[in-house]
Amino acid sequence: MAKKNKIRKEVTVQNAFRNGDIFTRLSFLVMGLGNLKNRQIVKGILFLLSEVIFIAYLCMGGIGLLRGLVTLGTSTGEEVFNEQKQVYEYTQGDNSMLFLFYGLLAVFAVVFFVILWVCSVRSAYTAQLMREKGKEIPTFKEDVKSLLNENIHKLLLSAPVACVFAFTILPLIFMALIAFTNFDRNHQPPGKLFHWVGLDNFAKLFESSSGLGYAFWHVLGWTIVWAVFATALNYILGIILAMVINREDTRCKSFWRFIFVLSIAVPQFVSLLIMRTMLQPEGAVNALLQQFGLIDSALPFWTNTTWARVTIIIVNLWVGIPFTMIQTTGILQNIPKELYEAAKVDGANAVIRFVKITLPYMLFVTTPYLITQFIGNINNFNVIYLLTKGAPASMEYHNGTAGKTDLLVTWLYKLTIDFKDYNYGAVISIAVFVLSAVFSLLAYRHTGAFKNEEGFQ
Amino acid sequence: MKTGAYRRKKITNVVVHGCLALLSIIWVFPLIWVVLTSFRAGKGSYSKNFIPEEFTISNYTRLFTETGVFDFPQWFVNTFVVAIFSCLLGTFFIISIAYVMSRLRFPARKGMLNIALILGMFPGFMAMIAIYYIFKGIGMTEGVLKLVSLVLIYAGGSGILQFYVAKGFFDTIPKGLDEAAYIDGANKWEVFTRITIPLSKPIIVYTVLTSFIAPWTDFILAKVIIGSEAKYYTVAIGLWNMLEKENIYQWYTRFAAGAVCVSIPIAILYVLMQRCYSDALSGAVKG
Repeated sequence: MAKKNKIRKEVTVQNAFRNGDIFTRLSFLVMGLGNLKNRQIVKGILFLLSEVIFIAYLCMGGIGLLRGLVTLGTSTGEEVFNEQKQVYEYTQGDNSMLFLFYGLLAVFAVVFFVILWVCSVRSAYTAQLMREKGKEIPTFKEDVKSLLNENIHKLLLSAPVACVFAFTILPLIFMALIAFTNFDRNHQPPGKLFHWVGLDNFAKLFESSSGLGYAFWHVLGWTIVWAVFATALNYILGIILAMVINREDTRCKSFWRFIFVLSIAVPQFVSLLIMRTMLQPEGAVNALLQQFGLIDSALPFWTNTTWARVTIIIVNLWVGIPFTMIQTTGILQNIPKELYEAAKVDGANAVIRFVKITLPYMLFVTTPYLITQFIGNINNFNVIYLLTKGAPASMEYHNGTAGKTDLLVTWLYKLTIDFKDYNYGAVISIAVFVLSAVFSLLAYRHTGAFKNEEGFQ
Repeated sequence: MKTGAYRRKKITNVVVHGCLALLSIIWVFPLIWVVLTSFRAGKGSYSKNFIPEEFTISNYTRLFTETGVFDFPQWFVNTFVVAIFSCLLGTFFIISIAYVMSRLRFPARKGMLNIALILGMFPGFMAMIAIYYIFKGIGMTEGVLKLVSLVLIYAGGSGILQFYVAKGFFDTIPKGLDEAAYIDGANKWEVFTRITIPLSKPIIVYTVLTSFIAPWTDFILAKVIIGSEAKYYTVAIGLWNMLEKENIYQWYTRFAAGAVCVSIPIAILYVLMQRCYSDALSGAVKG
């Protein structure tokens, strides 16, 4: 194994250029030549073929696509008089969105080709080294066979990595690029072009005097307030519930646990939609309360800003407490009993024991879980959208694009899907990413699993 | 003195059980309410009584037979097909990545793990919108291709980055087992398929169940991709639509029936999944 690593370290593009023979050096220009010379025919032909295809791609339009990425289209659609038919015809203008997309794909193609080129040079140099050292040069068949053994990671990872590229990395870069364009509701392709505007969108969104900036800072504020309350309350109450169920004297532990698990086993969209209708002005809860004569008029659960915000947090408790209960039950049982015994002897009551023993212990063990929950709540689209859709609406928030209970993510959804302001949506995405990234970093630095990955193997 | 302590203990117990009972009622109340509503005769979301005056099963029969406006059976089939395919593909992806990252050492490994961490920090929603535009651009949001897109995104999208649970499981399988097999002349593929996979039943079942449940409960991605074409709805969007302002009066009780039909199987699978999860946490090889 060590020998192999040594060869691998030696084989770099630099060394290949410095120490390679004539064929290896020629492989810099004509990919696969070195392999062909060393009788790795199939491999050599594959490298050569990929170079031919790439050059053909560039000539057939790849260069145009790359240029398109810079201009994002130049011609808008216009009417042209057709002499033959004696009518005006509408010509298809450039579609900036597709220009951006295909341009991005072309960049990816270039990057991919560069990686392939490095592989081919290294492969040529490896073949040369092996021949010089009098070793057997692996045939194509042996190379394929190695996919089941020492190169099995290449076999197993190729499909998932391709998917991550296609469905995560490419879209993320695409979206991040849109943040630097003016792709808003007034620049919708086809028909209209959008172009690069640098950091304008960021400036507009972060400047609190504009309607947009006002909305942004207020929505951000509510997002953080929501995330803090939702996380902290769920956490503490969930732990208390778990402790109460796990008390020595509590009967039918598994029955209680089952009841609470049941509520999270039901799909969230079902339970949340039910909650929404139950809390309508004419919904079941108001009806019941009025029937008992407790209130005169319906309570404004979803129509008053403060009521709506508090109701959301409370409904979220219904969703979140059982979840925390499941997650923490096991950990709670690991707290050494002696700690509690000693505290009891010292005369500490239940509240003091909880604050001084249980909470510090749990916080110590479950900080990463807590931070993941916090980030999850910042991105908690389901609860908000299914309960209120961000209502009550507010005209102060960028002409009513955002409501008083909107989080950044639900606002982002409305801006892009309903109002087609993609550029601002993209900037908000980036803001949410920065927010999550900061907290994630905090989380991962705390986990032992990250620091000492192989500790248990 | 002794009786005093005994009595206090008894009072605490009564209080605790009383609180638990009260909480249970709050937690189960919406669930019971939806079940009762699904059997209620009449229309509308408003009902004066908690227990309906008249019971009927017509909500269920009409849900499955009157498919003119909202075709619930079709949605059910759509969701089921999407769930099956995305579950097969997704499980394969996750188990492959987790195995490779846990058991094998190769130069790009650390870099890939870090990239996965960073990608996981982006709001999943951000990619979703871009995916929609990309898929629209290449014509993948037309007709039945919508469902194909859903399968691809459920299986290959950000869900893939959730391989950490499975990786943690594989980390607990002793390396000695692999090494013994190598000495006996097995190659890595054989170790993966004949030793690791048979030992990993809890985590595989867990992954299968999670990726099967996801399409049934996911709301937002399906809504973005499928749009307004009712024929290709999944159950989540379909049921959501029944509660829109213009439909709620006619459809509320049938919504409840549909919700019950979806929730019962999903809840059972969820409870199974929880059990597998705790099995998986306790490690692969015991003793």
